[in-house]
Amino acid sequence: MVSLSTKIGSLELKNPVMTASGTFGYGTEYSDFMDISRLGAIIVKGTTLNPRQGNPYPRMVETPSGMLNAVGLQNKGVDHFVDHIYPEVRKIRTSIIVNVSGSCIDDYVQTASIINTLDDIPAIELNISCPNVKQGGMAFGVNPDSAAQVVGAVRKVYDKTLIVKLSPNVTDITEIARAVEGAGADSISLINTLLGMAIDAGKRKPILSTITGGLSGPAVKPIALRMVWQTAKAVKIPVIGLGGICSATDAIEFLLAGASAVQIGTANFIDPSISGKVIDGIGEYLACHGFSSVRDIIGILDTD
Amino acid sequence: MKKFQLDLAVEDNCMVGPGVTLLTLRSEDGLPDMVAGQFAEILVPSAKVLLRRPISIHFIDKERNTIGFLIQIVGDGTAALAALRAGDSVNVLLPLGNGFSYRSTHVARPLLIGGGVGVAPLLFLGQELAGNGIIPTFLFGGRNGELILRKEEFMKYGNLFMTTEDGSAGERGFVTDHSLLLDSESFDRVYACGPTPMLKAVGHWAREHDTACEVSLEHRMACGIGACLCCVEDTADSGNVCVCKEGPVFNIDRLKWFH
Repeated sequence: MVSLSTKIGSLELKNPVMTASGTFGYGTEYSDFMDISRLGAIIVKGTTLNPRQGNPYPRMVETPSGMLNAVGLQNKGVDHFVDHIYPEVRKIRTSIIVNVSGSCIDDYVQTASIINTLDDIPAIELNISCPNVKQGGMAFGVNPDSAAQVVGAVRKVYDKTLIVKLSPNVTDITEIARAVEGAGADSISLINTLLGMAIDAGKRKPILSTITGGLSGPAVKPIALRMVWQTAKAVKIPVIGLGGICSATDAIEFLLAGASAVQIGTANFIDPSISGKVIDGIGEYLACHGFSSVRDIIGILDTD
Repeated sequence: MKKFQLDLAVEDNCMVGPGVTLLTLRSEDGLPDMVAGQFAEILVPSAKVLLRRPISIHFIDKERNTIGFLIQIVGDGTAALAALRAGDSVNVLLPLGNGFSYRSTHVARPLLIGGGVGVAPLLFLGQELAGNGIIPTFLFGGRNGELILRKEEFMKYGNLFMTTEDGSAGERGFVTDHSLLLDSESFDRVYACGPTPMLKAVGHWAREHDTACEVSLEHRMACGIGACLCCVEDTADSGNVCVCKEGPVFNIDRLKWFH
């Protein structure tokens, strides 16, 4: 029997497979299709201090091997989460992690300190990389100083596991990763979506209401893999890899590149039971290749 | 309503109009209960396409355990679905969305208005209404008579009226020009599916004549289960809501079209 358990800071996960924020709702949307308590963790939809209506429709367009989205952090705000969603998601027998976003540092700090009071939320994922909001979001994540500033401010009020989700829309991902580590992050997750756009040539108009949006899906996997590999070498804290993972093999590639855990995102839309299959597939790979623990393959990529 | 992820066998796939195919799938183990107006997310068997395609349920045959989908070929995804052949296996998520309200709302004289491939869910709705002893009136519009799909099939369940822009079938004009609508007392509820300009015109007529009206919307969708928040429609009561979960059928009073 192989061990699938892994660790993100002080957080023990029963396996390294999480579902990515914004792709898995609050988990229960998927419970008809799979046993969601099997997941290593569920990262719930991006939560902000105040309710957000998100961007106007159209918010999505399929692109070759991927999709662009411009949802714009639609959510009912942290108070709604605490009163209405937390009582439900805390019953799910896995780690529930809240993705936290904001327009200014104070938004992040206030939201994080409210989530900090919830006993059954063992971690937050700080989203400093959303490309679809005018203020905040990615603006914090593309500069090492502002990234460190927001992480440092949240660190002061948040005492559980603090994961910071990075944007790939930067020249040197390791510079941002080191800044975030230095500011007190317990873990880094990457990549968020890549800024892209799509045009309707017939109408001579952009397809998304926001003109640009975030690209995800298999199209981004090679970029994500490269950035995870670079980041895992640059920092000591655990890295969580995501970007286009559609199979157990994809997930294993991220683990070999140095990720301590992975997130499944866009693939949930194609196969709502994919994450269970990825968990099973990782176990089979470990058994087949003679490893007793998933921890034994993290970062063992042979580059010689 | 519980949702299922099923592998179904293609029983038949044939063209039923210009660029429109009727895909019939069969389940060996029976099909779950479904409401007319609900849809399925069909996995596309093509490397060119990533996301599933949301397709309205066109009919259910409970005795033969078959389910039909009317698919207009508009791109690579629908072209790949049109290329499926008998014996192929297809993965579907169903039933998704809310469906028309006929199971919870009293209706005696329903008018079912459809345009183009938007007639698809109205056959299933007609089957359901007829099964409850309510004879539906169908009113379909198209550019020409050839584009009004599956006429004989609809006539099995109710009366069919048509409008065409070129006058080649039924009355000339748009559905809202049809003489049926001169007497608004004839109908106590309108169910409509088709192009948005048609739905807005129908909704406008229904409001003017104080007739309840439900429309089925078609938006760009990814997950189909209310997780990704991509397919939103702005509502008067709740702001942006997912068409895949709170829709695709909306009472027009919820929509911001007339506010």
